[in-house]
This record gives sequence, C-alpha cells and structure tokens, in this order.
Amino acid sequence: MNLTAIIFSFVFVILALFLSNAFKLGLGKDIIITCVRATIQLFIVGYILKFVFGFDHPFVIILMLLIMILVAAKNAAKRGREIPYAFWKIFLTIAVVEIITQGFLLGLKIVPAEPQYIISISGMIIGNSMIIANLFLNRLKAEIEMRREEIDLVLSLGGSVKQSIFPILKQSIRASLIPTIEGQKTIGLVQLPGMMTGQIIAGADPIQAVKFQLLIVFLIMSAATLTAIILGFLIYPSLFNKEQQLEVF
Amino acid sequence: MKNTEIELHNIRKAFADGSKKVPVLNGISAKIEKGTLLTIVGPSGSGKSTILSLCNLLQTPDDGEIYVNKQEVRKWNVQELRRYVGIAFQSAPMTKGTVLENLSLPLKLRGETLENPETYLEYVGLSAELLSREAKELSGGQRQRLSLARTLVNNSSVLLLDEVTSALDTKASQGIEELIQRINKERSVTILWVTHDLSQAERVGDETWLIKDGQLVEGAPTKQFFSEPQDERTKDFLNLLRSSL
Ligand SMILES: Nc1ncnc2c1ncn2[C@@H]1O[C@H](COP(=O)(O)OP(=O)(O)OP(=O)(O)O)[C@@H](O)[C@H]1O
Ligand SMILES: [Mg+2]
Repeated sequence: MNLTAIIFSFVFVILALFLSNAFKLGLGKDIIITCVRATIQLFIVGYILKFVFGFDHPFVIILMLLIMILVAAKNAAKRGREIPYAFWKIFLTIAVVEIITQGFLLGLKIVPAEPQYIISISGMIIGNSMIIANLFLNRLKAEIEMRREEIDLVLSLGGSVKQSIFPILKQSIRASLIPTIEGQKTIGLVQLPGMMTGQIIAGADPIQAVKFQLLIVFLIMSAATLTAIILGFLIYPSLFNKEQQLEVF
Repeated sequence: MKNTEIELHNIRKAFADGSKKVPVLNGISAKIEKGTLLTIVGPSGSGKSTILSLCNLLQTPDDGEIYVNKQEVRKWNVQELRRYVGIAFQSAPMTKGTVLENLSLPLKLRGETLENPETYLEYVGLSAELLSREAKELSGGQRQRLSLARTLVNNSSVLLLDEVTSALDTKASQGIEELIQRINKERSVTILWVTHDLSQAERVGDETWLIKDGQLVEGAPTKQFFSEPQDERTKDFLNLLRSSL
C-alpha cells in the first residue's frame, strides 16, 4: 500500500462520520477518537515490531511480551477492582498461559523460534486471555450477587470456602468460554479470520494460510480454557476472609 | 448446676450503608445455658437475624466476644463451629437440584451419603414422594420445612431457627413446634428460635428475649416475660401486638 492509498482509506472514516451525523447517532466524537487511537497505536506497534525483529535478541522479545501481559492484566483488572490482588492474579494467569502455549509451540517445533512468530502468536493469545479474564470476572460477580444465599447456605452447613463457591466458579468458567467456542463454530463460513485474510492478501497460499489459522484456532481454544480455569482457582480464595465469610461483591 | 452453651459479651455490630455506618447491635450481653429453648422476639429490623448469624461466625462482631461451649467463636475451627451450631435461615434458600440433593447436602459436604432421607422428611411433615422434585420449585411452606430438615441432618448441639414457621398454617406450625420441643428435650439441644409469632414464643420457650433497637431489652423465663414484663418497652411491645390481633 502506498501513501495515497492510505490517505484514501480515510474515506471510510468520513463515511462513518457522515452517517453518524445524518442519523444523529451522536457517535462522531467516539469514531474520531477510535480512528485516531487506532492509527497511532498501530503505527507505534509497527515501528516497535520492526525494531524488535531487527534486534532479534531473546531479552528484547521477553521484555516486549512482559509489557503486553502487563497491559492486558491492567485492562482486565478493571473488572475485578473489589478483589484483593486481582491485577497480580490476572498477570500470573496470563503469564502462565503464555508460557505453557509457547512451551508447546516452540518445544514441539510447531512454529519456528523466530520473533515474528513468537510475538504475533503471543499477541493473539494474550489478547484473547484478556478478554476471557474480563468475561470471567464479569460473570463471577453477577453470579455471586445472584447466588449469595447459596454460598452462605453451604458455609453454614460446615462446607469449605471452596465447596461453597465451586458451582458458581464452574458456571462462570463455562460462561466465559462459550463465546470463544461458539465463535469458532462458524469460522470461515461468514468471515475469514483477520490473520488469514492478511496472509492471503500478502500473497500466501490459501491452504498454507488455513493450516496456520487452524493452529491459531486450536491454540486460542486451549489458551481460553486455561485462562478461565487458572484465574478461577487463583481468584476464589481472595473472595473470602479468614473467618470463611464471603467478603467481596 | 449451670453449664453455659452460648455467651454474648458486649456485642456490637454496624453495617455499612454507602459511606456511613449504621449500628445494628449496640452492646448485647447474655448467657444461654445448655438445653435451653430460647425464643427471641422483636420488631422487624431490630437485629434478631444478625444475632443468630454471629453465633456461628457467618458474620463477625465489630466489638465484643461470643463464646460457644466456652470457646470464643474465632478460636474454633470454623467448619466444626458451623456444624456444632446449625442454622435454618429465614429465607429457606435452596441450591439447584432435587429435594434429596438439598436434604443430603450437609453430609455430601463431608463426602458421606444420607441413609434415611424419608425419616427427615417425615419429621417435618413432607411426603417422601417429593424427594425427586426440584427443590426450587417447592412452595414457600414446603421449602421452609425442607430447610429445617436439612439443618437437622447435621445433628448440631445448638440450633438457630430464624422464623421457621412463618409460611406455615397453624396446624403445620404446631407440628414443627412439637418436633423442635422433642429435639430440645430428648437430645438436650440448645435452641435459639426467632419468631414474630408471640403466642408461639410463649408456647414453646423456656426463656424469652426482646430485642429492640439493637439492644436486649428484657430476657426472662418465658412465663414471667409474658405475665409480668419488667421493662416498659416490653409492656409496650406486647400490648401493641396483642391489641392488633
Ligand atoms: N448484610 C447486611 N448488610 C447491610 N445491612 C444489613 C445486613 N444484614 C442486616 N442488615 C441491616 O441490619 C438491620 C437488622 O437486620 P436483621 O436481619 O438482623 O433484622 P431482624 O430483626 O432479623 O428483622 P426481621 O424481623 O425483619 O427479620 C436491618 O436494618 C438490616 O437492614
Ligand atoms: Mg430476620
């Protein structure tokens, strides 16, 4: 894409703005902010990636991954402000998921150990884990608010903290995974996944792109499951105090 | 010979309402001897349910101590305490699942199974046919009976009963009253029974308390509490309710 093409792509922004105005949707400001942010963020990321790939040093890659996980954890922790150490527990979860998935990918030589692969796949894993953590915490909060009496009931009968929260934990883990699983069911039928589209546009063989996309689908599925389960088990003890009473939410 | 089961020592409790704290219990002190059937009456919102939930550490007092079997509640193993002091909640909550699953929950939590579920249903006047029904679908009265039966499964030494007959008709209530009195006399289980039904409090109690504005206004042997109340506030409370009947 040359510079003129990029400039012309702003036509679409103007179209969106025009429609928002014409139908008084009141989204003009948000559209502008989103587009400006996207432009700046993506360009910065592009230059950073160029720099990191040029460096090709493990330390730089690990630093880059750490920053990505930090940002993701900070974002997801907004959902769990009431929970003590929520940020660190989410950080730990995403880090563990990243280590496990990269461990398999690199250990079994599924992908080459090159910065392009590591960073872009990690980006997808970490971003997805962030969304799962968000969904999980949201659901957990709603379930607890709804089923508080059940928790007290189990505690009152001499049940442990874990026994009292387990059905709710399970429900929240399940619920947070449903969008991922549902979303993958129609993959390719309606919409080609972004990465596959990109590869095809960049000239890759469609079958090659499909193979790679499949890897990503499977990866995201297990990363999502890992995230919800690990986070669930890290989070639940901090919902109770030492007298085994539900204290958060 | 005196043998104290529960001792409240200057209990205070406030709840947060937004940024400010609303006091609910303002320094309650009392002793309950083993084997007593205590009835607790008082206006709505006076803190009766809160007192019960402090006795098995479902809530912690802001100030003061609570001794159960001579040991401060916070020194107990929490799970053992909650089995020693059982509670039947005012709202009779049910978990998802059948009547049988709800009834055997106390044992399931310990990895055991309930051998004789029918016996427990019979105690509270429920038919064994209900065992496979979804518990959340029961009527208010049926849920209340099931909730009480479930609490009995733990064989606790102390029972906290919070309005356990409020959804039952007179005849059914009397069945429950007889059951509780039998448990109290035969197994000398100590019972704290919160009820808004004054005639029930008078019928079943050995001792009765009036809780009002977060205070223990009067605690006396039940006969005396109803025939010759000492405190003006008790007289007012009894008169008000009697005249409204
Ligand atoms: N978890 C809580 N959070 C905030 N306020 C509470 C909580 N539990 C109880 N309260 C407040 O404490 C007061 C006493 O409540 P409690 O349930 O002990 O009253 P009660 O005497 O049992 O009333 P009732 O006869 O209506 O059941 C009420 O004003 C109630 O709103
Ligand atoms: Mg109450």
